[in-house]
Amino acid sequence: MQDAFGIPQSLLVLGGSSEIALAIARRLVAHRTRTVLLAGRPSPRLDAAAAELRGLGADARTVAFDAEDTDSHEELLGKLFADGDIDMVLLAFGVLGDPEHDEERPQSAVRVARTNYTGALSAGLVCGQALRRQGHGTLAVLSSFAAVRARRGNFVYGSSKAGLDAFAQGLGDALYGTGARVMVVRPGFVRTRMTSGLTEAPLATDPDTVAAAVEHGLRRRRETVWVPGGLRLVAAALRLLPRPLFRRLTL
Amino acid sequence: MTLVRPRSYAETAAAVRDRGPRGVIARGLGRAYGDAAQNAGGHVLDMTGLNRVRSVDTEHGEAVCDAGVSLHRLMEVLLPLGWFVPVTPGTRQVTVGGAVCADIHGKNHHAEGGFARHVRSLDLLTADGEVRTVTPGTDLFDATTGGMGLTGVVLGATLRLLPVETSLMTVDTERATDLDDLMARLTAGDHRYRYSVAWIDLLARGSATGRAVLTRGDHAPLDALPARSRRDPLAFRPGTLPPAPRFLPDGLLRRGTVGLFNELWYRRAPRSRTGELQRLSAFFHPLDGVPDWNRIYGRSGFVQYQFVVGHERADALRRVVGMLARRRCPSFLAVLKRFGPADPGWLSFPMAGWTLALDIPAGLPGLGRFLDELDEVVAEAGGRVYLAKDARLRPETLAAMYPRLGDFRALRAQLDPDGVFASDLARRLGL
Repeated sequence: MQDAFGIPQSLLVLGGSSEIALAIARRLVAHRTRTVLLAGRPSPRLDAAAAELRGLGADARTVAFDAEDTDSHEELLGKLFADGDIDMVLLAFGVLGDPEHDEERPQSAVRVARTNYTGALSAGLVCGQALRRQGHGTLAVLSSFAAVRARRGNFVYGSSKAGLDAFAQGLGDALYGTGARVMVVRPGFVRTRMTSGLTEAPLATDPDTVAAAVEHGLRRRRETVWVPGGLRLVAAALRLLPRPLFRRLTL
Repeated sequence: MTLVRPRSYAETAAAVRDRGPRGVIARGLGRAYGDAAQNAGGHVLDMTGLNRVRSVDTEHGEAVCDAGVSLHRLMEVLLPLGWFVPVTPGTRQVTVGGAVCADIHGKNHHAEGGFARHVRSLDLLTADGEVRTVTPGTDLFDATTGGMGLTGVVLGATLRLLPVETSLMTVDTERATDLDDLMARLTAGDHRYRYSVAWIDLLARGSATGRAVLTRGDHAPLDALPARSRRDPLAFRPGTLPPAPRFLPDGLLRRGTVGLFNELWYRRAPRSRTGELQRLSAFFHPLDGVPDWNRIYGRSGFVQYQFVVGHERADALRRVVGMLARRRCPSFLAVLKRFGPADPGWLSFPMAGWTLALDIPAGLPGLGRFLDELDEVVAEAGGRVYLAKDARLRPETLAAMYPRLGDFRALRAQLDPDGVFASDLARRLGL
């Protein structure tokens, strides 16, 4: 169960080798999260993440999970929920793609959409159903500031996150009143492996800051979390910007 | 969560039989501060439909009533007959079933123990569908009193009552300048009063740390009343103010506002006053006068923290009060009391010693960690926190606080092997 401050006792991370996810898990374990399931493609990095969490006192284990293999989601995730209540699901998988070349390579662009949107849609629906059945729990979805308005620079990634974001909001509304809830997390530029080598955007942040914001969001039962908080205003302004100007922005 | 409202023993048994896969828990008037009467995804029985006071024996002072009867209703029925409930907490809006299962205490615990001490027998619906009559001195009774509804559904109870001549209280009020002064006054004088409690200012620092206002008293005898009141000495007409407005912003209760309130409350209290006549509701249940008072905490609400440590571990109490004062927690409803000997319930909260209860706005940053630190001080001192008020305890800490937890789990495993009774509290703490 989540305690009075929204901290879960059990956590399922989809995309267990994500740096942001690991930072969040670390922070929650420091509070009182005891069971952590790290679901992701088997890799040394995933095992290392589990080992690190075990070192912090959690009962952490890894589960083989492929976001793109949507046919397997229902059975695989269903089994995890059958073992006992899961208080929080962190949907953290996602790929950035290659903003420079995806425009010319539809095949790799489709991969971005399959992971970030289709995979999340499938896993999100399965988890949403399970949370509805158990009558409590939070599904935290790592969306992105890029979901606000697809920008010229990375509209393939942006559009996939926009789809994910819209889906997560809708799922949150569908679950309203069932005891389960959805929290959409929209970080800006986060310094991780995924973004290494890219030029930093203004208001860039790091995984630990995202983790702190997620903890705060859990405590306040937030539906939307911006990291940093000021991005909410930037997003509002960006939405209003006339198209000819927006197009010229080099973001 | 599915809410069912049975109106009889038979309907309750049927509701338990028809429960879903996630079990069932009984609920009274929903005044527990935590998740004791919640059951996510499962069934919850609203017991307020079982609301009959079946009989009152005015000669021997006993009442037989359904579990869903509120203490408010009991007072309405009993006071005109010259009897009073044996134990009343800070609100009348609790049911008899809830009072038994949380083994509630009142300002008279140092003299007369908790609620369960005054229960002659219980009707308990257990997981097998049977209705058992449970009497004190048995394992099932001790597991049920304080057992948070997890041994079965309490359907009704026979209570021993307290004779009173009037519905007024004679109250002595005095101020204590700091925590040591307060503890000395409580230790020295409690045996002279049936009811005793102290409001404590947790925002005061330095030499004023722990300053307090003590209010102690007893039911007023008939001859203490002025002639005018003697015509109807047992009148019970508690008034209420308008309820708190629905949408109050967060952060109304901050250090500044609460500090100001505490300062005024302390200054307003007389240095010493004896024999003041107060209405029963003003003495016992001041918050019942403001319906929905909890709304003043805004959307993010508040958490209650109540713990007890033994008399010999007053150092732990001092430490916690010091930690609270240093952290400047904006808490204006903090109460210190001396408990008498422990009640027999396995998970019953009271034990001989000092208990401190306080409210803290839940939105306060870092509060979760801070309360964990308090837990450690309390557990190390052999103390415990109150399950009826808990929404955040770590399961690891629980076993240290409740040494009979193993017995409780064993009895539950034997009595309810399929987990018919379940609550969020039980899930969170593994009860």
